[in-house]
Amino acid sequence: MASIVLAKLVKKDIIRSDIFKFSVHAPEIVNTTKPGQFIEIQVSDEVEPFLRRPISVYNVDKENGILEFIFEVRGIGTKILAKKEEGDNIDILGPLGWGSFNYEGYKNIAVLGGGIGIFPLYELCKNAKNDANVHTYLGFRDERAVMLEKEFKQVSSSLTITLDNVDGFAINKLRDDLEAKNIDIIFACGPLGMLKAVQELAKEKNISCQISLEEKMGCGFGVCMGCAVKMVNSSYYKHVCKEGPVFEASEVEI
Amino acid sequence: MNTNINLAGIKMKNPIVLASGTCGYGRELDTFFELNKVGGLITKGTTLKPKDGNPPSRICETPSGLINSIGLQNPGVDHFIQYDLPWLRKQDTAIIVNACGSTIEEYIELCKILNEQDIDGVELNLSCPNVKAGCLAFGTSYEGVKEVTSKVRKVLDKPLIVKLTPNITDITESARGAEDAGADGISLINTLLAMSINIETKKPYLANNMGGLSGPAVRPVAVRMVYQAAKAARIPVLGMGGAINGKDVIEFMMAGATAVAIGSGTLRDPFASVKAANEVEQFMAKHKIKDINSIIGSVQLHG
Repeated sequence: MASIVLAKLVKKDIIRSDIFKFSVHAPEIVNTTKPGQFIEIQVSDEVEPFLRRPISVYNVDKENGILEFIFEVRGIGTKILAKKEEGDNIDILGPLGWGSFNYEGYKNIAVLGGGIGIFPLYELCKNAKNDANVHTYLGFRDERAVMLEKEFKQVSSSLTITLDNVDGFAINKLRDDLEAKNIDIIFACGPLGMLKAVQELAKEKNISCQISLEEKMGCGFGVCMGCAVKMVNSSYYKHVCKEGPVFEASEVEI
Repeated sequence: MNTNINLAGIKMKNPIVLASGTCGYGRELDTFFELNKVGGLITKGTTLKPKDGNPPSRICETPSGLINSIGLQNPGVDHFIQYDLPWLRKQDTAIIVNACGSTIEEYIELCKILNEQDIDGVELNLSCPNVKAGCLAFGTSYEGVKEVTSKVRKVLDKPLIVKLTPNITDITESARGAEDAGADGISLINTLLAMSINIETKKPYLANNMGGLSGPAVRPVAVRMVYQAAKAARIPVLGMGGAINGKDVIEFMMAGATAVAIGSGTLRDPFASVKAANEVEQFMAKHKIKDINSIIGSVQLHG
């Protein structure tokens, strides 16, 4: 169940230019956070910007009540957020999203991430690795875009990093490994092109696949019906903040 | 201190209402607070048959507010009656159903069904800017509002509140149209038709190109229209449009509103309505106001 907390920023790290990792003290939230869920941050006490910013959870440390999230400065909201300093309080609503990564029962898991879409996958890898082999494939634009290599290595049975301009897309490496590694499910988060490609791949190989989606969001908790996602072979829409952000790849039309 | 009000025959423990389209059918907000903290809840716009809504993107943030084009996505009145109403009725708050149709016949059919339900009233939506047929088409003239309202009035014995659009030159005309047709109250404003363009792609941010603007950005327009409508009509006004806290609720009431709905404020803070209710009581204590009804329409104009 979601709650609103004023969480103290205990550590502010720069991952690379314009990408920050915030560690906040929010025991009420981390106690119930599942991999794939997100939080919503009210960056200003004033009404500008008006809406909260949905940001995925990167890592939770239940023992110490610490929640970590990583964000890229993109617009006015994240610009204000990036100015917060250690010791400041941050207004956080969460955890949100009733559709989290469902990894239980799988033995050989593939995790596919692209660019800034890799952030929600860390908590998944960390948890899934307790009971399964976790083979992680992270794609970046070029050498300069690579991040969190060491961190993902620690929570993966194997880690493959690809550079679009050198190796091609990460999904091609995953495709080559599917049979050899006996992959029984794929989890993915990244650019739309990657998600479409993995959706196709899963269908072709008849492998289970769950993808984490993004859409412009109003409330974050299921009342405004803003963040609509169309269902396959239907005119019906589900919502990223409510039924998602993680969906069965076969269920959504993206 | 008395915070009880009577809106169009609907008794409420305080003047704070959850606005249609920002509270679903109540279940999501119930995970944050008990719904008995607010005077009433107005359901998501509900139609005779289920409605899929518009393609995404449906939401676009704008200065101090947002534009939405949800397109009345809802599960239909039968689903509401079967799955949501039994639960909602158990919550100690007034239940008002926002009813919308694409033809007059649909409005009538829907309200016939609602008349048989255990609800406290109907908010007749003649002002949704995001659907192609109906709704707004009826809401932009004295005659249009009067025609639909009077036909619905014939089949609805329950309190009838007509929701008016601000996309009209003279709000007093539609307000009087509702009153002359026998409505028990009016609610305003619905969202303002708006548009926002991504200059890099040359495309509007919303897939539907246009949508309805809400949030604090529209509040001064809403307060002005509530003032004008309350002056023009004798039936009570449910004010709304960018009210997000207790101070805003007081402002709308001084302009002439009997009750005030919190809408977009809930999207920003699910607790906005509860906080507003507390802030209204604090204001009353500070200004030694014994009865909240005494501030309705109490604005003192400059000479």
